[in-house]
Amino acid sequence: MAYGYYPGCSLESSSKCYDWSTRYVFKALGQELRELEDWNCCGATMYMSIKETISLVFSARNLALAEKTGGDLIAPCSSCYTILNKTNKILKDNFVLKAKVDQSLKRDGLKYNLGVKVRHPLDVLVNDIGLEKILAKTTRSLKGIKIAQYYGCQIVRPDGVFDDKENPTTMDRLFEALGAQNVYFPMKVRCCGGMLMTTFPEVALKLNKEIIEWATEGGADCVVTTCPLCQINLDGYQNKINKKFNTKFKMPILFFTQLLAFALGANRDQIGFSQNLVPVGKEITGGQI
Amino acid sequence: MALNTSKEPGALDKKESELRATFLYQVSNIPGGDKIKKCIQCGTCSGSCPVSYTMDIPPREIIALFRAGDLESIFNSRTIWICASCYACTVRCPMGIKVTDILYALKRMAMEKHLFPKKLPVFALSKSFVTMTNLFGRGYEVGLLVLYYLKTKKPLKLIALAPFGLRMFIKGRIGLFPKMVKRRKQLAEILKEAEIMEVIVPVTALPPVHTPSKEESRLPA
Repeated sequence: MAYGYYPGCSLESSSKCYDWSTRYVFKALGQELRELEDWNCCGATMYMSIKETISLVFSARNLALAEKTGGDLIAPCSSCYTILNKTNKILKDNFVLKAKVDQSLKRDGLKYNLGVKVRHPLDVLVNDIGLEKILAKTTRSLKGIKIAQYYGCQIVRPDGVFDDKENPTTMDRLFEALGAQNVYFPMKVRCCGGMLMTTFPEVALKLNKEIIEWATEGGADCVVTTCPLCQINLDGYQNKINKKFNTKFKMPILFFTQLLAFALGANRDQIGFSQNLVPVGKEITGGQI
Repeated sequence: MALNTSKEPGALDKKESELRATFLYQVSNIPGGDKIKKCIQCGTCSGSCPVSYTMDIPPREIIALFRAGDLESIFNSRTIWICASCYACTVRCPMGIKVTDILYALKRMAMEKHLFPKKLPVFALSKSFVTMTNLFGRGYEVGLLVLYYLKTKKPLKLIALAPFGLRMFIKGRIGLFPKMVKRRKQLAEILKEAEIMEVIVPVTALPPVHTPSKEESRLPA
């Protein structure tokens, strides 16, 4: 069964390494990913703050396109994931908004019949494909690596579709099975601020500083994350955090698929370590790549 | 012209009743939105919010203000713009109130009626985002930031971002050129229809029509 694949705007530009590593992981596990033909931006958190119907139409166009090809739709970006799911929920619940969306999409001959399930790759990997199959294909052990499991907010909230909203464990179980050690990290689902880094940077910097601080105090070698916004905030702005708070953080921030791809035998280019701003060193790679 | 200066207790002036009508309609579109009636003012939302420390009016008070008939104060505060949309409040509210979605509804109202506290740049960012996304069908971060800083007349801030931009560029994380949807013309047609659909509301949701009183209708002496 092939899954539909919705990269989203971030995976196409500022977080290509998430795209590369996700594709590598699914290929290594023998699972086909079909990129959604002519997908458009999901609207991000911005559009829903501006217009309701237009934002739903924007989002629903992708769902209508995905329904044509069939199968579940995988959205790696937690923000896209939540927005597409929210669109499904609203359209199921509100027949007036659904009618408005239908009327708009008709202009390009599209129709959405509420038949698409939007999934996060973490959910598909651990719950559909399964840990046994993943373990069978690993070529490198993650033994000795200490990880702070940072899920972020929008992968489990508001609906907690595949994991607990306060204390999810899917990613913990995945990396534990691969031999890594998960450090105590109560900031698992604490918000990184998302777009606040552009609108209210002092607030976002404080939120991110607290996340990295807890990871450092827990003794983590790296933080793994599921969302491009979180990754850029924690990784790209880490030296700004150091400057503002007089800290000396040097915490590598990885997409969970990057570390998983490493375990499955990928090389540096396939994982995209060159894109991580805080360099990923020997504590993670063990000198193997 | 003074509007309703002789207010009975609990009476709302024209602006407030219009805001209220619009707000109630918006809330009715949120799945489970009517639960706002059940707020017990416990403060769990404010306590769970990671950014409530910097809000002038925390989430609990926002709901209290709405129930007190004072939406105007909400729009003068920066609360709704600081909300990071993390849904911590929503999952913890013991009454199941959709706080985050209610704040989204307030954001949309503020956008439509141009109600912002002074010096808040979010309007410019949102307008830039809509322009870019409607044009290409996909996000274009470089274009968005340039447009944003031009609109807020702070091109110097763009220069301050240059070192960060350079590091990102060296790492291959900047898309210099926009990616585009192939069926852009058709997308534009869809959006044109959606814009019409956006403004259609059920009659019952329209704000109350203000009938001028005898004093207001009287011509000046």
